[in-house]
Amino acid sequence: MGNSFKKKWRKNGTLLGMTLPGILYIFLFSYVPMLGLVIAFKNYNYASGIWNSPWVGFKNFDFLFATQDAWRITSNTLFLNFLFIFFGTVSAIAFAILLNEIRIKAFNKIVQSTMLLPYLLSWVIVGYFVYALLTSNGLVNRIFALVGAEPIEWYTEPTYWPAILTLTAVWKMVGYNSIIYLASILGIHPEYYEAAVIDGANKFQQIRFITLPLIAPIVTIMVLLSIGRIFYADFGLFYNVTRNVGMLYPTTDVIDTYVFRMLRSVGDIGMASAAGFYQAVVGFVLVILANYTIKKKR
Amino acid sequence: MKTNARRWQMGSLLLYGAVALSALLFIIPIVLVLSASFTDENTLTLHGYALIPEKFSLQAYRYILKDAGQLFLSYKVTILVTVAGTLLSLLTTALLAYPLSRRVFGMRSGITFFVLFTMLFNGGLVPTYIWVSNYLQLKNTFAVLVLMGLLSPFYVFVMRTFFKAIPESIIESAYMEGAGEWTIFARIILPLSTPALATIALFTSLNYWNDWLTTLLYIDQSNKISLQYLLVMMMSNIQAASSNPNGTLGADFPAETARMAMAVLSIAPIACIFLFFQRFFVQGLTVGAVKE
Repeated sequence: MGNSFKKKWRKNGTLLGMTLPGILYIFLFSYVPMLGLVIAFKNYNYASGIWNSPWVGFKNFDFLFATQDAWRITSNTLFLNFLFIFFGTVSAIAFAILLNEIRIKAFNKIVQSTMLLPYLLSWVIVGYFVYALLTSNGLVNRIFALVGAEPIEWYTEPTYWPAILTLTAVWKMVGYNSIIYLASILGIHPEYYEAAVIDGANKFQQIRFITLPLIAPIVTIMVLLSIGRIFYADFGLFYNVTRNVGMLYPTTDVIDTYVFRMLRSVGDIGMASAAGFYQAVVGFVLVILANYTIKKKR
Repeated sequence: MKTNARRWQMGSLLLYGAVALSALLFIIPIVLVLSASFTDENTLTLHGYALIPEKFSLQAYRYILKDAGQLFLSYKVTILVTVAGTLLSLLTTALLAYPLSRRVFGMRSGITFFVLFTMLFNGGLVPTYIWVSNYLQLKNTFAVLVLMGLLSPFYVFVMRTFFKAIPESIIESAYMEGAGEWTIFARIILPLSTPALATIALFTSLNYWNDWLTTLLYIDQSNKISLQYLLVMMMSNIQAASSNPNGTLGADFPAETARMAMAVLSIAPIACIFLFFQRFFVQGLTVGAVKE
């Protein structure tokens, strides 16, 4: 008995030893920063550091929510992410259904690779692409000139940017998402379609009454997961694609860019940490709700 | 019957046409930047961007190769960080994932939760930035470039799923023969999981290659600037140069075509690797996303 316990412990001990580098890393780079969230309730100064700076209660939050910024970054984050989720999901499903109908294998493969390429590139590079399209003498304005339309200074006109950002985000992510939906369409048993054909269903009826209902569960999960993350914006997209142009902030400033700017450019750590805390808490609640809903649905 | 066949043919023609056209949308921006990099500088300034160079020129690439100090330096930094980071990351991830895949491991569920929780909640930018730069003192070090993004809980769970698929009986019989846990891990588990390791290595190296944020936050010495952040800097200098045409601010930086050429040079390795390992990418995407 004692011997086997010792053996078991030795085995467990070795396994535990293997996890130690990872555990130490996660502790240092994830858990300590979580504790560091307390600076939102402090008047942070570099000399006293995170733990010894004086407490100020909710003062940082009072300042944050007294500004127009709080409302602007919240609504921009929610609205733009909503656009990304909606148009991203619809176009990914559409592409998955189209790709599923393609019977020539080589053609299918080439199209899939082309669609996937943007997913592998950084937002920095995507920022270059958008610049080449939208700068004063970019491709879009040249096409406008060809058809006789007035050129537009895109980087000074905030109105257009929800549409531009949605197009860009969908363009980069749709290859990835459609591959996931395609995998689940390929998992549908062919018998369903065979039976439908015998009953005289055409392609559109097959899509409407077989494909869509059968991929609905995976679509729901993917959408719920995205909704869980709706309070977090993709910093790379907003920083690089807008080129961080101040004139565009009314429609493009989101929580993540605001926190970054307050921390690094303005140097207002109170504001930055209050906005960060606000994001962390509301974001956490949404993630938990989303995961809870998914679990219940299963 | 005949009209049916014809209608079917029309339909598939339409389908293939539509798909091919939309596939074009995904490469047009790449072609645009590629074309700009091969265009004569004055032509680009005067006429603007076009899908085919209006006046072909190698000027941009010649300029880069002649005066490429910072570019080569940044290439070196990025390659070094990508190689070191990927190896270290793979090792740490596998070492954490393997015990989590073993049913005999008593602390399995506790540690799983410890890892999982970081996917649900995180401290965010401000505390992380202050902790890493003021307490861990990692500003302007190579270490920070490797450490940020060393371990992704998501990849830990993906790898655990792969390890779980290895039959317990193999491990048991090795154990009977007197092999210790380390031997089993190094001699049996890792060799049996090479496809999984390759897939995760591919994505991890891509993340290191594409990382610009760590440099933006933690590096301000030019000998440690990553390739992607060099591109960020050049983009903001296009801005500075165009808003201040008489200033000397933009003088030290290459002209617009050369910047586009540098962007092309940073895409090229990814495009090549992607072509070779395409199968792994597609596999990895579907495995990671749908299964748990």
